[in-house]
Amino acid sequence: MRALVAMSGGVDSSVAAALMIDQGYEVVGVTLKQWEGADGQMPVAGCCTLSDAEDARRVAAVLGVPYYVLDYVDEFTKAVVEPFGQGYLSGLTPNPCIECNRNVRFNALLDRVHELDCDVLVTGHHARVERIGDEYRLRKGADAGKDQSYVLHMLGQEALSRVVLPVGELMKSDVRAYAADLGFRNAKKPDSQDICFVTSGDYRDFLRARLPEAVAPGDIVDVDGNVVGAHDGTAGFTIGQRRGIGVAAREPRFVIDIQPAEQRITIGRYGDLLVDAFDAVDMRFTNQPVESGTKVEVKVRYRSQPVAATVDDLGDRWRFTFAAPQPRPAPGQAVVMYDGEYVLGGGTIVAKLPQQVAS
Amino acid sequence: MYLDHAATTTIRPEAVDAMARAFSIANGNASGTHAVARAAKNELEQAREIVAELLGADRADEIVFTSGGTESDNLAVVGAALAHDGTHVVISTIEHKAVTEAAHALERFGYRVDAAGCDAAGVVAPDAVVDATTDDTAVVSVMAANNEVGTRQPIVQIVEVVKERRPRALVHTDAVQAYVGGQIAVGELGVDLATFAAHKFGGPKGVGILYVRSGTRLDPLLRGGGQEAGRRSGTSNVPGVVGTAAAMQAVERTREAFARIVGEERDIFETVLSEELDITVTAATADRMPHFSHVRIHGVNAETLLIRMDRAGVFAAAGSACQSGAIEPSHVLTAMGMDAAAASECVRFTFGWDTGVGDGRKAAEQVVDIVRGTA
Repeated sequence: MRALVAMSGGVDSSVAAALMIDQGYEVVGVTLKQWEGADGQMPVAGCCTLSDAEDARRVAAVLGVPYYVLDYVDEFTKAVVEPFGQGYLSGLTPNPCIECNRNVRFNALLDRVHELDCDVLVTGHHARVERIGDEYRLRKGADAGKDQSYVLHMLGQEALSRVVLPVGELMKSDVRAYAADLGFRNAKKPDSQDICFVTSGDYRDFLRARLPEAVAPGDIVDVDGNVVGAHDGTAGFTIGQRRGIGVAAREPRFVIDIQPAEQRITIGRYGDLLVDAFDAVDMRFTNQPVESGTKVEVKVRYRSQPVAATVDDLGDRWRFTFAAPQPRPAPGQAVVMYDGEYVLGGGTIVAKLPQQVAS
Repeated sequence: MYLDHAATTTIRPEAVDAMARAFSIANGNASGTHAVARAAKNELEQAREIVAELLGADRADEIVFTSGGTESDNLAVVGAALAHDGTHVVISTIEHKAVTEAAHALERFGYRVDAAGCDAAGVVAPDAVVDATTDDTAVVSVMAANNEVGTRQPIVQIVEVVKERRPRALVHTDAVQAYVGGQIAVGELGVDLATFAAHKFGGPKGVGILYVRSGTRLDPLLRGGGQEAGRRSGTSNVPGVVGTAAAMQAVERTREAFARIVGEERDIFETVLSEELDITVTAATADRMPHFSHVRIHGVNAETLLIRMDRAGVFAAAGSACQSGAIEPSHVLTAMGMDAAAASECVRFTFGWDTGVGDGRKAAEQVVDIVRGTA
């Protein structure tokens, strides 16, 4: 059996490759080159850098497996980078890693699994794929603090049947210990938090450099429409943002609305931020679509606790009604549905809110 | 089967032997005054004389040893431009990055760079080059043969028209790939500067040659102890240079047989491939070097094919690899007017001095089997 291992140069995917060898697989390691600087080279700062690829190459050499870097710069630019910029310009808070998984990485890698005569695709995500009868289920990783099932919610049965996530069974500390045992140079490398194409670490620098129109000053208003401050571009804001708004107030203020057409940011108190429902589109399910009326738990950000909600299929969109009012989710982010430990699916949160809870 | 000789070729045993000898009897610092130094210096200068003669230079001191093709290209383009009154450089659109990047680095010092285009076969027309020049042109750099598709460039004619229209301009040629493909007599080519790289013709890595016609002024890139007549400071790599001269002698001794055998094997390779697969040979009717076969295999992604071939022990190349090893879209194929989809199906197979009779058919059959496995 042959395994195509998507290697990022991080410790998780390195150990994933080692674990597949332990299980008797013939392993082929690949890294997708998704982004490059003006010089045509891989980025030197941020995530998915040239040195990450070198780390992956060294690990592959230590394991004695072939390793390749595949060029996906054009696909990634079209499917992820351009929508990222346009999303911010239209008041959204895009999630490029999810867009990448939805539209580039898994399609590309699963195609390669076939073309390279491999049987399975392996990644270093902290999540688990379980087979129950003929059904494949996507489960949270064993290490709750490192669970990455959120970013894999778009995988359907076909993909899940070919994806193996060996580190999902392990605690992160065990992953690092195994990497150290094997002498991997990246055993102590910190987890990556960055967006691979935002090399400065601040997405606003990226927007300013690529989309000059993102820098357009405007007003910050309160919920009654009074001008209470000024900003230098709506793209610098996210729904629910508290820090860095630049308006002094006695109690905390939150961004509750972004209106790029008017170059306006609306801020309010925590109560103004609360909603009892939101809508999402582009839903994907790990198996059958969830039926209207199903009670699920939802995560509306990668790092947030799941909260109870009821799902309704409205035809052109899906409505999620919270059991109790919650801070307004940021349009552009992903909503992911859980049934306990298991992922049911997810989609992209859209801007139009059905109704608002009075503050 | 190794079919990537244009990336680097098998080292000649003569070079290994000569280097082993030089490490033992000529390991001194050639710049010193004592007997140990003199022995090294003697080997160095003998090698220089051999190289000068084999390249058709008038004098041994027209040969400058460097660390490789890239350094030679940089020294030629940047060093000659900086020493010149002109502030304009002309290259072609199919140059190796060592020339392209060196030329563009000059822009920071106020130089302008123009690139002459090529035709669909990857040939740069002399008129296109001379039309890109101005009275202010300091250096013209056009490669002698392309490193991706293997087409030879009309260097003699380029030198002729450039020297006629712009007598003050210096002409450089990157002959790194061309040297294996056919004899180069720098004197007859008429160029002022020419680059060679030892590992491309069976010598060691880490040795380059820059031919510098007598009287050509160069600003050195590496300054220091003044070795190589001040044109390239740094302790001389005597064993490397000795190995380079030995490899060059081996190339010249076997040149006729090489061209015949490799040319025939390449032709058989392409014939068998075209009988079995839907292929287009790039620049098929152009003046191609005998060891180059650049083909588009229709419907087969080159990146995937290279990985499949790697697994089967068939080693070839596509486009040019970036630092990470990813295959980048080829600027050469783009310059030739090929669209990205077609370019992504192109693979470069290059044969070498140790290619034997029967290897062309064997290679083609292996490639066919691997491609068939894709379907």
